[in-house]
Amino acid sequence: MSYRVVHYINQFFANVGGEEMAHIAPELREGKVGPGLAFETQWKGEAVIVNTIVCGDSYFAEHEKEAKEQILAWVKEINPDLFIAGPAFNAGRYGYACANIALEVQTVLDIPVLTGMYKENPGADMKDKILIVETANSAAGMRKAAPTMAKLAMKLMKGEELAASCVDGYLPNGIRRNFFEKERGAKRAVKMLLAKLNDQPFVTEFPMPDFDRVEPGKAIADMSKATVALCTSGGIVPKGNPDHIESSSASHYGEYDIEGVETLTAEGWATAHGGYDPVYANDEPNRVLPVDVLRQMEKEGKIGKLHRYFYTTVGNGTAVASSKAFAAEYAQKLLRDGVHAVIMTST
Amino acid sequence: MKLELGFIQIKDIQFSNECAVKDGILYVNADDVKAFVYENDDVKAYIESIELDIAKPGESVRITPVKDVIEPRVKVEGPGGIFPGVVSKVDTVGSGKTHVLKGMAVVTAGKIVGFQEGIIDMTGTGAQYTPFSKTLNLVLVVKPVAGTKQHDYERAVRFAGLRAATFIGELGRNLVPDETKTYETYGVIEGYNKLPGLPRVGYLHMLQTQGLLHDTYVYGVDAKRIVATLLNPTETMDGAILSGNCVSACDKNTTYHHLNNPVVAELFEQHGKTINYVCNIITNENVYLADKQRGSDWAAKLTKLLDLDAVIVSEEGFGNPDADLIMNCVKNEKQGIKTVLITDEYAGQDGKSQSLADSDPLADAVVSGGNANMVIVLPPMDKVIGTLDFVDVIAGGHAGSLRPDGSIEAELQVITGATNEMGFNCMSAR
Repeated sequence: MSYRVVHYINQFFANVGGEEMAHIAPELREGKVGPGLAFETQWKGEAVIVNTIVCGDSYFAEHEKEAKEQILAWVKEINPDLFIAGPAFNAGRYGYACANIALEVQTVLDIPVLTGMYKENPGADMKDKILIVETANSAAGMRKAAPTMAKLAMKLMKGEELAASCVDGYLPNGIRRNFFEKERGAKRAVKMLLAKLNDQPFVTEFPMPDFDRVEPGKAIADMSKATVALCTSGGIVPKGNPDHIESSSASHYGEYDIEGVETLTAEGWATAHGGYDPVYANDEPNRVLPVDVLRQMEKEGKIGKLHRYFYTTVGNGTAVASSKAFAAEYAQKLLRDGVHAVIMTST
Repeated sequence: MKLELGFIQIKDIQFSNECAVKDGILYVNADDVKAFVYENDDVKAYIESIELDIAKPGESVRITPVKDVIEPRVKVEGPGGIFPGVVSKVDTVGSGKTHVLKGMAVVTAGKIVGFQEGIIDMTGTGAQYTPFSKTLNLVLVVKPVAGTKQHDYERAVRFAGLRAATFIGELGRNLVPDETKTYETYGVIEGYNKLPGLPRVGYLHMLQTQGLLHDTYVYGVDAKRIVATLLNPTETMDGAILSGNCVSACDKNTTYHHLNNPVVAELFEQHGKTINYVCNIITNENVYLADKQRGSDWAAKLTKLLDLDAVIVSEEGFGNPDADLIMNCVKNEKQGIKTVLITDEYAGQDGKSQSLADSDPLADAVVSGGNANMVIVLPPMDKVIGTLDFVDVIAGGHAGSLRPDGSIEAELQVITGATNEMGFNCMSAR
């Protein structure tokens, strides 16, 4: 039995007409229409387009809600193995329609979706949400786009794991995947350098991300009344690491009670961190988590009090997204417990 | 400076009652190797026992925890000896003639040093990620005296490996190489006159020096204590730079990597054709901000002083050194020297996190060695050299990494050399 596919195209590719027919409402047709043939040829009977949905680009843009409702109802009824849209090349409204209807199908019906367009098509802004195959900027690129889209579509229908974006041909979607290049890194670096030196085009393998910068909080006017918590990415844990925090790429953080603990002893505490020589931290855990100094300040009235719990994890090789998630969670606990300030130590 | 490398292809390693290389086969008497290794105060003081074993490509063998990998070499002509300032006297190396035992490596393994020792699988999934599944490996399993501190143990293991490699390399002294290759770079004016019009390119080589078992040695000097300086590329081929570090296995530069630095090799490929490969600049990755500023300032000062047009920058390790990488990039780009960076990524197991700890729009040409957080499953092996006791706690492992059947689920981090940031491998990420 073949996989069943629904294909979405606009009025132009359905041969209904150009701009003058862009107003037409969605219609459901049996089988393939227009560019669907190119996909079916590639699939060689393994998958067939059971229905094609044709919709005018202006209609979709101006009646997005109605268009989505109608199309979703049809797709739900048909229940295909894949919903494929376009490719839209550099047609802006068509690209927008392909990306948005595909996202709707994926989100609401949980059916795999795929579309294709030129990387500068406004619809390509959705590349982190749905899979978009990169195409040329005009329909002349169909010959190249069809095999790439068909192959990736088949992978999705079979539930196979995706390869890296440059291997499978989709626009980078924010998920980094490993793969093997034909040449080693040093050779690629020298080639890139020669291109850069000669003002020839080159493609970086890692586009620099935009970092979020955090504004420092307001200063605390009177520390003698503040409750201060200690937190660390230096891995200090009760000896034996009862919660098995990983030595690198930590998957969780620990919360430990230091009520009545005047100082961290080598007998009771140690580091779980795998990124530095642990000897000095294990001999004197206060070096990483300065409980002794904070207790002293507590006695001297320099701070109100040291918070009863500390939060700890291992920063070594831990993904920023994980760190962010840990802190987002325990920051709520600190707020709930009325903590005014946090001293965060690293290593 | 000009160096000729003579490659002696090693086709097999066998234990024997003598030590020799005959017809491409290395015969090893383990007692002789051990005796030479023990002629060192640190080894004597801290090492209880050393066991030798052999692992060959394709065998169902797992080596872990791996500390360092070293290629045996011997200097046959020219000043100095291999591993200057450490095993040999401190004379400047990099000229004359050196013999290389190709296709093999000395691997040090044993009870864990830090947490960051690696795994080498000779077959299966893991084998495709490490270059050392393709070498014939003479493994030293080094056991410390009870109570030895980590840093003393690390130093003793380091010397043990270097001495064993020196001993084995010496066996190639009087052989006729299967192949020879000559490498030469020129003085500043000489090179300018010889290669007129070719862009002047350097290699900015960042050395892991975060300290606390993250150290690299240059002519025996702890590289934490150097300021950026110049090296002839051929000096690295004679062991001027040594690994003494326990950063994550996937992106630490082993001594083997330093000896066979792929950036040096690829720049030599283009030298005299499309570029004038001027020299290497080594700089460090210290943890203090002042050190980072000084290090990158000095590196940029040297590239400018040498009138370079472009540099390739390679990193070692991750996280904290990402800051040095970006500083080195930005300071060079701002003075008009074009840069290409080689790094690896920590994008999380799902690949969705930001890959580096620092970034800048000027870093527009980056080569990636892949995402070290990717999870892999390594099948069980028939034989383990070393011990599986630490698989759950090495960097990249987690509680339960080692499964009851001997298979391992862990991050790519655990594999020695997997995401090398000198660009030794073909793996990348997008």
